Amino acid sequence: MAQSNIRFEQVNKSFGTLRVVDDLNLTIDQGEFLSLLGPSGSGKTTILMMLAGFESPTSGTISLGSQRIDQLPPYKRNMGVVFQNYALFPHMDVAANVAFPLEMRGIAKADIAEKVTRALDMVQLGTLKDRRPSQLSGGQQQRVALARALVFEPSVVLMDEPLGALDKQLREQMQLDIRALHRRLGLTIVFVTHDQSEALTMSDRIAVFNRGRIEQIGSPREIYDQPHSRFVAQFIGETNLVEGTLAENGQSGATVALPGGGTIRVQPSGAPQQSQKILVSVRPERIRLDKGGKTDNSYSATITDAVYHGDHLRIQLDGDAFGFIVKADRSRADRSRAEWSPGDRVTVSFSASDCWMLPA
Amino acid sequence: MSEATARTRLGALGLVAPLVLFLALFFAWPLVSVLKESVSDPVGLRAFPATAEAALGWDRQSEPPIAMKQAFVEDLRAIDDQQLLGDAVRRLNSAQNGFRTLMSKTVRAAQEQSGPLDLVAVDKRWADVRFWRAVANSTYPYTDRNLLAALDYQRDAAGKVVALPAEASANTAILIRTLWIGAVVTIACALIGLPYAMLAASLTGWKRQLLLGAVLLPLWTSLLVRTAAWFILLQEKGLINDTLIGLGLIDGPLPLIFNRLGVVIAMTHVLLPFMVLPIYSVLLAIPKNLMPAAASLGAPPWRAFLRVLLPLSLRGVVSGSLLVFMTAIGYYITPALIGGAQDQMISSVIAFYALGSANWGMAGALGAILLVATLALYAVYGRLSSDRAGSL
Repeated sequence: MAQSNIRFEQVNKSFGTLRVVDDLNLTIDQGEFLSLLGPSGSGKTTILMMLAGFESPTSGTISLGSQRIDQLPPYKRNMGVVFQNYALFPHMDVAANVAFPLEMRGIAKADIAEKVTRALDMVQLGTLKDRRPSQLSGGQQQRVALARALVFEPSVVLMDEPLGALDKQLREQMQLDIRALHRRLGLTIVFVTHDQSEALTMSDRIAVFNRGRIEQIGSPREIYDQPHSRFVAQFIGETNLVEGTLAENGQSGATVALPGGGTIRVQPSGAPQQSQKILVSVRPERIRLDKGGKTDNSYSATITDAVYHGDHLRIQLDGDAFGFIVKADRSRADRSRAEWSPGDRVTVSFSASDCWMLPA
Repeated sequence: MSEATARTRLGALGLVAPLVLFLALFFAWPLVSVLKESVSDPVGLRAFPATAEAALGWDRQSEPPIAMKQAFVEDLRAIDDQQLLGDAVRRLNSAQNGFRTLMSKTVRAAQEQSGPLDLVAVDKRWADVRFWRAVANSTYPYTDRNLLAALDYQRDAAGKVVALPAEASANTAILIRTLWIGAVVTIACALIGLPYAMLAASLTGWKRQLLLGAVLLPLWTSLLVRTAAWFILLQEKGLINDTLIGLGLIDGPLPLIFNRLGVVIAMTHVLLPFMVLPIYSVLLAIPKNLMPAAASLGAPPWRAFLRVLLPLSLRGVVSGSLLVFMTAIGYYITPALIGGAQDQMISSVIAFYALGSANWGMAGALGAILLVATLALYAVYGRLSSDRAGSL
């Protein structure tokens, strides 16, 4: 089978004077699970809608394999779309909903019945064929929508925040199910979400959008551990950002001087120049409290707040040089102290390899 | 605690009391009194109270008991209201021919003599049990005569229900005509209203407001004014005919007024809002992403319309049709002004009985028939819409 990548080339989209997609160049590989992640209004849904054919680009081209598709009406694109609120047809039962795309393709009745059964079995809804969508729970409706988008065997499936309306447990179950389907069927999935943990757990690659532009695109690990900008660092997970000046950047290590005196040893990075203003990002779960022993960075600080989260404690610290948020994992060494309470004086420490430099 | 609850409940009752009172006074009471009027027949009871009591023990087959005959004579002697006596005689005569002469003879005899009276000696017909049966029946305060007559039936002498002779009444024909005009108007409204509502729902901003305003505006003007406007538009030298002749499309004026076509045109216009608004609200409630979903699943626009939008909007068409039909079969002014003699609907017959001939019983009976037809329709609608409610 010929390689059928999806390619956006210099795609712009404006509504009136408002530019929602700004010079987008993006290639989505066949079989890839790509998440479009961003706050609302960042253009991610518009990109999905242009791919599905409900919007057309103001300029630029979109192609699938060798075919240019940006002028093709949606019903000729042969892409499965899972909508935010499922968009099941309320006047049809589950089987009729799933059969709809097959009927539209003029497939023989007997084949339709067989394919519908197979698709419903795939999402474990074989027994609910005759129900109306209104008689199903949110999770079941979601599965029907998924079966309906997959039953005609599209090579590309587009999902617009499909899990947004589900409760947390169901959402996590569906994340696993969708991932499993993706792997099993070799689908290309473009998945729009504003939930960063959803994007991190499901995707091969994540494209982080901000104001119509891709801020960063890469694997979940890259996005989380090596954010390119303050926006990405703050949008994906929680982080501590410390402003400083790059004092030294060598092979052996780098040092950032803090404005109030003191330094942070950080992971060396090629890009920033010496004596440039930069930000240092340290993830809260990488910071240890009262660990002892030798570490690259250690500071003393006062606990101002400690919130119990079950699996971890979220501790707010006021350091002499800067403030921290620390996630103290309750299963690890931090257990040496039963409780942390506001007012306690502690030592915070983290290694240089957990400190990532960003442009200020 | 329970005292507080009781006080809250009392307060709530106090708040709805005006509404309940209003409904009882202006809705329930007139309805009940009209229905009662259609079956009540108090003339006999008022004229012959003693006879009524004596007749209770009689089986209406054998010779009537002496006591009843004597009570009847006493009743005749007691009547001093000539109007009441006249009504009673008319009532008896309608049940059994010959009562008019029989009664005048008997009343005279009863009032001239005192003491027990041998009625058979006054007139041989008093030996006939059928006359006594008519007297006894007339003292029963309720009758189905009006309801039967409203459907072109009557009771014959033996009390069996038989059809009225064809020339005697046309109520059934008018009722059928009423339902037919209602159906034609409903269909016309649906054919215009559905695309109109779809257009309005698909537009935004001032265009949508304009379309809705065009439908709503007639609702805010009096029915009489709207009908009069159609009277002007439709007449032989009216705007429509003049325009068509002026454009050279027709040679002579089209017959648009005083016929069925004119009635249907005017009623369709007047009732269109009741079709457009329910469909419009149903369309607005249809989730916006269903049509894109259909398209993404491979449905070209027209197939998506037929399979998704049209079936979902039918709910609005059904409720709109019900509203239009139920309102249409009660129409009076529009057919009276625009229609000819052959286009009058059941309401005009009711108006004739109520206002023209003061026959409240007949007016009430026809009203009851109309009410039953409407309620039956409503029940059908309720069944249909509850079935559909499960699907939505």
